[in-house]
Amino acid sequence: MSEHTVSAYDQELTELAGKVAEMGGLAEKAFSDAVSSLVSQDLELAKVTIQKDERLDTLQQEVEVKLIEIIARRQPMGQDLREITAATRIANDLERIGDLAKNVAKRVIAIDSDLQSKKLAIGVEHMTELTLSQLKLVLDAYTRRDAEAARRVQEADAEVDAIYTSLFRELLTYMMEDPRVITQCVHLLFCAKNIERIGDHATNIAENVYYMVTGERLPEDRVKMDETTFSA
Amino acid sequence: MNEMPNLEQASAMTTSKISANNVQVYYGDTHAIRDVNIEIQPQSVTAFIGPSGCGKSTFLRTLNRMNDTIDICRVEGTITIDGEDIYNAKVDPVQLRAKVGMVFQKPNPFPKSIYDNVAYGPRIHGLARNKAELDDIVASSLQKAGLWEEAKDRLDEPGTGMSGGQQQRLCIARAIAVSPEVILMDEPCSALDPIATAKVEELIDELRENYTIVIVTHSMQQAARVSQRTAFFHMGVLVEEGPTEDIFTNPKDKRTQDYITGRFG
Repeated sequence: MSEHTVSAYDQELTELAGKVAEMGGLAEKAFSDAVSSLVSQDLELAKVTIQKDERLDTLQQEVEVKLIEIIARRQPMGQDLREITAATRIANDLERIGDLAKNVAKRVIAIDSDLQSKKLAIGVEHMTELTLSQLKLVLDAYTRRDAEAARRVQEADAEVDAIYTSLFRELLTYMMEDPRVITQCVHLLFCAKNIERIGDHATNIAENVYYMVTGERLPEDRVKMDETTFSA
Repeated sequence: MNEMPNLEQASAMTTSKISANNVQVYYGDTHAIRDVNIEIQPQSVTAFIGPSGCGKSTFLRTLNRMNDTIDICRVEGTITIDGEDIYNAKVDPVQLRAKVGMVFQKPNPFPKSIYDNVAYGPRIHGLARNKAELDDIVASSLQKAGLWEEAKDRLDEPGTGMSGGQQQRLCIARAIAVSPEVILMDEPCSALDPIATAKVEELIDELRENYTIVIVTHSMQQAARVSQRTAFFHMGVLVEEGPTEDIFTNPKDKRTQDYITGRFG
């Protein structure tokens, strides 16, 4: 896209997009560190992850301030209008992803013991891999302004939901077999739920990227695969 | 399903107030307007936007034959209002301009009293049989223009003594006084402060109920605020026309996009 006649406007938009990109990197890192600390019971890493969330909160507030400033000063239209509204929404999603990662890290400290069975962690790890790759893809789609890539991310979220459903059943089975693992399993279940929500936020981001680029809404006709609400 | 667009088009054709087909305007050898086609809906506000010299004002002036007053100006193509060709030799331009009123960039009240400014049109068109009827027309026009409360006690004072915003609303009252169906506005707020502008915009929104309004404006925010449809002109060409919210959030043409976002070279 060519530049604005008023170059300060370009700088403001670039600054806004830069903040969102920085948030993306931080959210991605927080998420992967939180799950690593869970799997390896690394309390130090968990603590660091919790502390780092502050930066995400600060950045989100900065994005909001910048948005209001741009609206007040520039009255953005067309592509610019879509770009700044998408940036704020994406910042909100990334801030929430940070909170969810922080919550996983807090549970690592709460569990504070080795996992009874490595088996338990495998499902969570698998789910994390998939969700993390979704998050990476959607953040790439944001920087590259790639609507098609965003659309594919939205479609793939059904898979994350499906894994969550099967993980939910698996954990339920463990708890019935051995009541001693209930505390751990409940924590793991919440972690899995957090990861599933991170997937939902990645989907929100995908929808916003698609709208930002095309000006059209992405049709929300995908089937909800998370069936735990019904089976619980 | 496939026939829907055709039906829609057909109904748009029949409900349009103004219909322009292949309109060309020449100033001597200069081809100022090229192949403009547009349907303007009744009881709505249509905004023309575009950079200086893009032809938006020239095109606006074809709608009540104001270009007839410029010797070297030539208009081709057809423009119909309610299905009638306004460039037909039988059409009296003076009658046409009563039906299609105009408000200009700079408020231009006559150097007469407020009363006479509004009464001028009805008098020359013989719209009132006596003083009482003329009084009624003046009062109701000033009311419709939102100026009655401010003007009723000073009707004998000169119109030129009012503030800029009041003068512009006086000009709108003057246009309304001859019962037009269409009101053309060529940058009606560019000489007004923000409060006077807001009053004129509020007035435009009220007038929309009874009139078809076409407004040329340099302020995109104004076009976004007051209009239902927006047309973007560039270098004599009508680039894009559509619902105002679409033009300002998701324009289809790159030139429109560049213009509304402030990227024009």
